[in-house]
Amino acid sequence: MVIERPWKRWVYFYIPLTVFLIGTLFPFYWMLITAIRPDSELYRSWRAVNNAPFWTLHPTLEHFRDLFEKTTFPHWLWNTFFIAVVSTGISLFCGLLAGYALARLKFPLAGTLGTSIFVTYLVPPTLLFIPLADIIRNFQLGNTPWALILTYPTFLIPFCTWLLMGYFKTIPKELEECARIDGATRFGAMLRIIFPIAVPGILSAGIFAFTLSWNEFIYALVFLSSPERKTVPVGVVSEMIRGDIYFWGQLMAGALLGSIPVALVYSFFVEYYVTGLTGSVKG
Amino acid sequence: MKKPIAGGTNGTVAVALPRAQARPSRGLRFLESERLLAAVLLAPTVVLLGTFIAYPFVSGVWLSLSNTSVGNVGHFVGLHNFAKAWDDSIFRQAFRNTFFYTFWATIFKLALGMWLALLLNRSFRGKRLVRASMLLPFIIPTVLSTFAWRWMFDPTFSVLNWLLFKTGFIVTKIPFLSDGVYAMWCAIAVNTWRGMPFFAITLLAGLQTINPDLHEAASLDGANGWKRFWHVTWPLLKPVTLVVVVFSIIQTFSDFQLIYVLTGGGPANSTHLLATYAYQVGVATGLLGEGAAISLFMLPVLFIVVWVQLRYLRRLEA
Repeated sequence: MVIERPWKRWVYFYIPLTVFLIGTLFPFYWMLITAIRPDSELYRSWRAVNNAPFWTLHPTLEHFRDLFEKTTFPHWLWNTFFIAVVSTGISLFCGLLAGYALARLKFPLAGTLGTSIFVTYLVPPTLLFIPLADIIRNFQLGNTPWALILTYPTFLIPFCTWLLMGYFKTIPKELEECARIDGATRFGAMLRIIFPIAVPGILSAGIFAFTLSWNEFIYALVFLSSPERKTVPVGVVSEMIRGDIYFWGQLMAGALLGSIPVALVYSFFVEYYVTGLTGSVKG
Repeated sequence: MKKPIAGGTNGTVAVALPRAQARPSRGLRFLESERLLAAVLLAPTVVLLGTFIAYPFVSGVWLSLSNTSVGNVGHFVGLHNFAKAWDDSIFRQAFRNTFFYTFWATIFKLALGMWLALLLNRSFRGKRLVRASMLLPFIIPTVLSTFAWRWMFDPTFSVLNWLLFKTGFIVTKIPFLSDGVYAMWCAIAVNTWRGMPFFAITLLAGLQTINPDLHEAASLDGANGWKRFWHVTWPLLKPVTLVVVVFSIIQTFSDFQLIYVLTGGGPANSTHLLATYAYQVGVATGLLGEGAAISLFMLPVLFIVVWVQLRYLRRLEA
């Protein structure tokens, strides 16, 4: 490779990368510090002499205690988890079947269907939330987890289908053909030969879909109304600000706890997530 | 980017297949027909997407042409809602904001994301950890991280003001979110912060497919860093870049949660986007027809972007 002098390496590499790292991570550090800082320190004028905003000498868990005692935070956490898992499951199921059909089978309208699924992938939820709210009401699904479990797949299925279709195309057809010579049905070959090979692809799609549903906001905001039914993002926004007063300690504690599950899932499966992410934009 | 391992060889094995040996159980025998199997496999997807995308889309178009409001079945009013929105100064502001926000946020995300991708493409210790932490803004729910930003922009207790004040850059507080112009740029900054990792990681994946020999050859020919980027890296990276930009434009143009949490469209409706204004009119006020019309104003732009994307994909396949 190209050889470079040490000072150049600092100016063109270490310093910019450090700036990027600090910029990326500072808001999370700030979330943490705010969550464990007592109120007396939080709301101290920034011109005060003894102000030391970047750390705290009196860490406290009172905000976390308030979060569990004064709000229905544990419910939100459970709701978010439940909805994310079930809608991811549904989307993987549909995506697997549809992806296989589009990658392997010849049938009329295959091209049209493939294109329409891709187009729905690009339809943003904000385009449809008003009529959808009406439809959810008509289906008597308003304020139930099913409103979200059934609507999240609209943006997860196209993604899963797209990703898995690409994955299936990389699996040699001969594998299936061998199985069929041995007497397997087409369906059986798909189930027992192709799907097990596709496990890494399924995992990538699943991880990515899970983080997407954990992150979803507008449908949850519009379709749910009672406090204990809400998901974390909506609960934090609508239940923790009373009037015009922001309880920043509690808010940041909630934001932190609400981020941890998804960050954990992500950290265990970084490589799969990255595959899902890069696969989400490529065929 | 993966290529089929054995693309065109299908059928060569199947020729020797004696049909009689395959004896599927009776219940699944009908699935041997490719058409029937395809229909069965696609049915769940088509039903779900039909019910919750195609139907709401049609219903949204109908709503936008009616004066429906919550608890009140409307009747056809033609293009009245669209005309009314167009005459509304807040709508015009939201319309302009949406383009402004999308344009600048996309530019910044592309420039910074490209820079970060180039940095991450080098080998250094702790690379995996650095890459994993760089993606955090993209993983953490936007609403939650935007709250952290809102707190950092707080009018009284802003840590950024404190930092700038202590380092001597400012003498009075910057009105981050209490001034319309500042607030818009703050929203663009937060959007850039959140979306940049997506650019960086996908562009990095693209960079890793570029053969290092090309760079070697270029530098032997005397090309400096910038020239190597411009004449070697960039042309090879263009296809990935286009796709990433298209995705980002769609997401930024239809953004809702960031503005909803950071400014709520304020101060004085100066930072509304089409989606947040549609929410305010359609859900908060309950004028479903007008709200649906406002969100449909997004359609032409989305349509053009999707069209570009499809055309590009077709060209790639051909």
